[in-house]
Amino acid sequence: MLYREAGDFKTTYSLDQQTFPIRSERWLFWLFIAFAFLVVPFLINDYWNKAVLMPLLIYCMAALGLNILVGYCGQVSLGTGGFMAVGAFAAYKLMTSFPGMDMFSVTILSGVITAAVGVLFGLPSLRIKGFYLAVATLASQFFLVWMFNKFAWFYNYSASGQITAPERTIFGYAVTGPNTLPWATYLFSLTIVFVFAWVARNLTRGRLGRSWMAIRDMDIAAEIIGVSPLRAKLSAFAVSSFYIGMAGAMFFANYLGAAEVTEAFGIDKSFLVLFMVIIGGLGSILGSFLGAGFLVLLPVLLKNIMVNQLGWPTDLAAHIQIMLIGGLIVFFLIVEPHGLAQLWRITKEKLRLWPFPY
Amino acid sequence: MNVHLKPIHEIRMTRPDDGIAPGKPLLVVDNISLAFGGVKAITNISFDILKGEIRAIIGPNGAGKTSMLNVINGFYHPQEGTITFRGEKRSRMRPHVAAHQGIARTFQNIALFKGMSVLDNIMTGRITLQNRNLFWQALWRGPAEQEELEHREAVEHIIDFLEIEHIRKTPVGRLPYGLQKRVELGRALAAEPSLLLLDEPMAGMNLEEKEDMSRFILDVNQQFGTTIALIEHDMGVVMDLSDRVVVLDYGRKIGDGTPDEVRNNQDVIDAYLGVSHDE
Ligand SMILES: Nc1ncnc2c1ncn2[C@@H]1O[C@H](COP(=O)(O)OP(=O)(O)OP(=O)(O)O)[C@@H](O)[C@H]1O
Ligand SMILES: [Mg+2]
Repeated sequence: MLYREAGDFKTTYSLDQQTFPIRSERWLFWLFIAFAFLVVPFLINDYWNKAVLMPLLIYCMAALGLNILVGYCGQVSLGTGGFMAVGAFAAYKLMTSFPGMDMFSVTILSGVITAAVGVLFGLPSLRIKGFYLAVATLASQFFLVWMFNKFAWFYNYSASGQITAPERTIFGYAVTGPNTLPWATYLFSLTIVFVFAWVARNLTRGRLGRSWMAIRDMDIAAEIIGVSPLRAKLSAFAVSSFYIGMAGAMFFANYLGAAEVTEAFGIDKSFLVLFMVIIGGLGSILGSFLGAGFLVLLPVLLKNIMVNQLGWPTDLAAHIQIMLIGGLIVFFLIVEPHGLAQLWRITKEKLRLWPFPY
Repeated sequence: MNVHLKPIHEIRMTRPDDGIAPGKPLLVVDNISLAFGGVKAITNISFDILKGEIRAIIGPNGAGKTSMLNVINGFYHPQEGTITFRGEKRSRMRPHVAAHQGIARTFQNIALFKGMSVLDNIMTGRITLQNRNLFWQALWRGPAEQEELEHREAVEHIIDFLEIEHIRKTPVGRLPYGLQKRVELGRALAAEPSLLLLDEPMAGMNLEEKEDMSRFILDVNQQFGTTIALIEHDMGVVMDLSDRVVVLDYGRKIGDGTPDEVRNNQDVIDAYLGVSHDE
């Protein structure tokens, strides 16, 4: 496939603002989507589903959400784990209170509930910025986890303190519970991620996205051109939490099946998703996917090489992995703050001119 | 981009007319005083801006010119006095509300959105004119895209008018100073304001850039009929462009009138020659 835009002229503004302005890239994208929807379900097995595909989809969702807040609106958040927990517990309460509700509604409603909680915890952003806001969201992380542990109503007074997803089916196929089939949970999650990634793209390319970016780049000027900081910041918290809540709901219901809040939604989740956004590229939809893909696949790959191929001890491999990821984060923060998405863009530009760089 | 371009005066104006007849006061500043702690930035200033005119605000450094614009668009709240805009009296308001009422401005120190392209920066200027709700925006296809394209077209005309087609997709941070000032003017124009506040739009420019900018300001005033308040240090520019001038010094108004009247005003001459104040 040649990567060329020659002869690919834009004659209208609507063509000029397409997501994939270059024809070959558009084809590649749809081929990839067709592969994900039509081919992967036939190839999938339990290992791929549990180790790679489900975490990938769920973290893509969470990274999309966090990127809207941090990358597009410039509001730092360390509360991702806590908001995923809100989504998970919302899904649990919805599933147990309304057994007849289908899983798409459960997931989306969990997102809506998390959005409301996100707005609440986003209120401090109207007064504080940067480091102070990061600390405030960190506090919300700890508060939420504490709350879900403290009040037994949230986990329906179960003795273990765990929440367990009952079985729910779509068209007769289980997507939650003990009898799920890998392809069914995969397709369910893929559908949700695909639809909402498209929504995220739409929101960020229009007026709302520009008002977020205006607040991010210079809040005073944003206000003077007519952006209400209150509406822009709180809508970013709402939309961001909506995505993170859905990610939490899927993480619990479709992936883990049973979860204990401290373990599943601790502060390490907040950092992991933040690293994905930084490595992938702040303020980029594609970057959210690249970052999530990178940090989900890298450990799997490293483990396969170091433990299975080279026969190194597991703990040594784990340490090397932590150091490597740490190094990469420092690298991206210093050398390429726009992350993998920017590297991809630069590569494309080079490729476009190849083999005549002038 | 092979798009047929309309001349600038054919651009459809989206914002409803402000309802003020030409030559009648669009903005009345009445007895405004503003202090920061003990520092008096503005003391008892009154003047008006008539619909359709270019009103210059001049004065030495620290005279309170920028503070005056900040009061007009709601960024500073004066301790005393009132502002009447389009016949409506107001005392305290947020800048984004002023923007929705039709006041746009540029800044003395450029305040563009560094992470965005020229096109996106100017598109942000139309935020007050776009009103599709979250649902339509999420869906994109349909009303939201329709609205986006309409505004894109209007913005393309502004880009054309300002002769910055070639840098449309460039991130503004990479542009030289003079072009950034032009983009900032574009962003303010995109709002189709009734009142345009320009804070030293030509500061730091070379002669050629100044001439371009003067031409844009005159064109905006004449072709759009936009009322303009202009802060400028270059006296030549002020005398050429403005219909009336208000002169500030140490937060007080020391002169108000046509460029000729102001030029021959003894207080103004003293202030500019640095005659010492007996305080
Ligand atoms: N936010 C603020 N806090 C404290 N003092 C301020 C503030 N803004 C302005 N001032 C003071 O008010 C006075 C007027 O400042 P202003 O910026 O309005 O002057 P100016 O006429 O625009 O000057 P210049 O020609 O240098 O731009 C100055 O003494 C300034 O120090
Ligand atoms: Mg000033």
